[in-house]
Amino acid sequence: MSNPAPDTAARYVQVMHERHDVAREAAWLRTLRESAVARFADLGFPLQQDEDWKYTDVRPIERAAFMPLPLDAATPRIPDASQFRLDGVSGPRLVFIDGRFSAPLSDLGGVPRGATVTTLADALISQPQVLAAHLGRYIPDDSHGFIALNTALLSDGTFVRISAGTRMEQPIHVLYLATANGALLLPRNLIIAERDSQVTIVEHYAAVGEMAYFTNSLTEIFAADNATVEHYRVQDENRTAFHVSGVHMQINRSSRVTTHALDLGGRLVRNDLRAVLADSGGECHLNGLYLATDRQHIDNHTHIDHAQSHCTSREFYRGVLSGRGRTVFRGRIIVRPGAQKSDARQVNNNLLLSRDAEADSQPQLEIYADDVMCSHGATVGQLDENALFYLRARALSDADARDLLTFAFAREVLDRVRLAPLRARVELRLAAAMRRGAPREAHA
Amino acid sequence: MLTITDLHASCDGKEILRGIDLQINAGEVHAIMGPNGSGKSTLANVLAGRDRYQVTRGTVKYRDVDLLQMPPEGRARAGVFLAFQYPVEIPGVSNIYLLKAALNAVRKSRGEQELDAMDFLALVKDRMQLVEMKEELLYRSVNESFSGGEKKRREILQMAVLAPYLAILDETDSGLDIDALQVVAAGVNALRSPDRAFLLITHYQRLLDYVVPDVVHVLVGGRIVKSGDRALALELERTGYADLTPAPAPATMQDGR
Repeated sequence: MSNPAPDTAARYVQVMHERHDVAREAAWLRTLRESAVARFADLGFPLQQDEDWKYTDVRPIERAAFMPLPLDAATPRIPDASQFRLDGVSGPRLVFIDGRFSAPLSDLGGVPRGATVTTLADALISQPQVLAAHLGRYIPDDSHGFIALNTALLSDGTFVRISAGTRMEQPIHVLYLATANGALLLPRNLIIAERDSQVTIVEHYAAVGEMAYFTNSLTEIFAADNATVEHYRVQDENRTAFHVSGVHMQINRSSRVTTHALDLGGRLVRNDLRAVLADSGGECHLNGLYLATDRQHIDNHTHIDHAQSHCTSREFYRGVLSGRGRTVFRGRIIVRPGAQKSDARQVNNNLLLSRDAEADSQPQLEIYADDVMCSHGATVGQLDENALFYLRARALSDADARDLLTFAFAREVLDRVRLAPLRARVELRLAAAMRRGAPREAHA
Repeated sequence: MLTITDLHASCDGKEILRGIDLQINAGEVHAIMGPNGSGKSTLANVLAGRDRYQVTRGTVKYRDVDLLQMPPEGRARAGVFLAFQYPVEIPGVSNIYLLKAALNAVRKSRGEQELDAMDFLALVKDRMQLVEMKEELLYRSVNESFSGGEKKRREILQMAVLAPYLAILDETDSGLDIDALQVVAAGVNALRSPDRAFLLITHYQRLLDYVVPDVVHVLVGGRIVKSGDRALALELERTGYADLTPAPAPATMQDGR
């Protein structure tokens, strides 16, 4: 199509054929994979001419030509994997090193009866019918090339299925740890919460070392009637990493999904989050906090689809930018014809701690029903001078006053994060970002 | 304690203070009254170090140091306290956190040890009795969804905890009902001491029924046009400020500042 130099794209298609013997795969999987390959071959990498990618240039990802590790590559030893654990969280833990499941570092104990927590590779063998019914079903038809790439090369990730009426108290912690230079990592996650079930899952992306790599992850969440799902995506990649993520959710009758998008690391980050409120009474709460410092670029695209009546969406994203940090927020809300009594609120606030930081915020409301409540608010600003003076008049130094106000700004999102060890992790990153990114001017 | 000499200050190029002379000794309570736009709040803000006001002439000596050379936090640490006319709301920062940060910043600057959590809480609870404040308010965000009276009371609590040498109250009495006014006044009276001075800026003499000042000054058009004792405040209540308008640059009651 319009992509002039699809060399990297062509290599990915070739890699797919080398790695996956589609002839031996189940028919549904083969169809899924082959249509994704065709789609990726057609789309290639997104271009900035595409309105959805206007502010985010992914050519560095294409140029770097990240490749999946050979299937027989040795798994490196991680000397101190415990630093990535969430203290005080005792639920099941899945650890993937460079995209491959590490049984020694994982702990799949503590899974209650009625819940399945395993790898996607295992589920492809053990629960093929369930995967056939769900995998790839929540990806929209207009999805971009990275999503097709993930599906074309999908091999492993996390599979969670909570059966009807099962309540899983402890959160599931999934750690994707990168160690290999030049690696293309393609985690694929499927979360199925059957009716009246409850589950919390933490997707955690981190790295050992400062090498360049590319995580292209994709998560699908199906929340059946009356299910409750809480999903965290903690992106704490290293500062040379590229990270593209997709989280696609279908929210059914009276079910409730809460997501927390915490972007702390990465060099170039793009997240697409899409929630379809597919039946009445559905609810989604999307919280986000992104910290961009130095030359980090973080782009969040969210898309909430009020497809049926009486659904509620609440979106609250905040960004703290310092150094030459660059962020994009585009929040699209569609209220379909007939989706009466839709109740949608969206807020995006950006705090600029330096003159060189830049934030774009674009709410996009498309409303095709007449009896709805929709509101949005977007701000890009600096610390409040009145508040700064107030704190200094209470003896705090200029630097301490700035830190306090910045923490307070982030805290309004963090207060919604119920897992204390996650809050602590974010606060550490925030403190570091403020130290490195915000030049302090001496008081005249 | 405080000696202000020929103080001129402007904001956005407009001169507001036009030669203030004022001497406040330790143990004294001074009240400054005046019509809207006379420069009362500007004087309070200049003394606290707000940088949107430029001092163009004059000096301010505070306990033998040049106050105008110090940043706002330096003044606060040296014992100058401004109770804000409009206390700022700070969502996400609890009252107790700010109180502790402020107190420890002051203590550290004086070479004293930071208070531990127990001692700090005991101190705060003791001081809260002065302002009849409920303990639960401590854990709410700074001034967020506080009523006007609660915000002003909280300013008095901060003052009581920080124990300044010079306390400047910028229209702390404005917008208070009688109950809240009495609480604020009781807090001020409880803190009166021979080594502490107060500068009460007020628009109404009502506060002075409860806090009896040693000296009353009338500020009009950026200058102190008259000083006297308590009787002056009562006289102003009857006659208004019209007779005190200085020539040749009359300040008008309609002036927005």
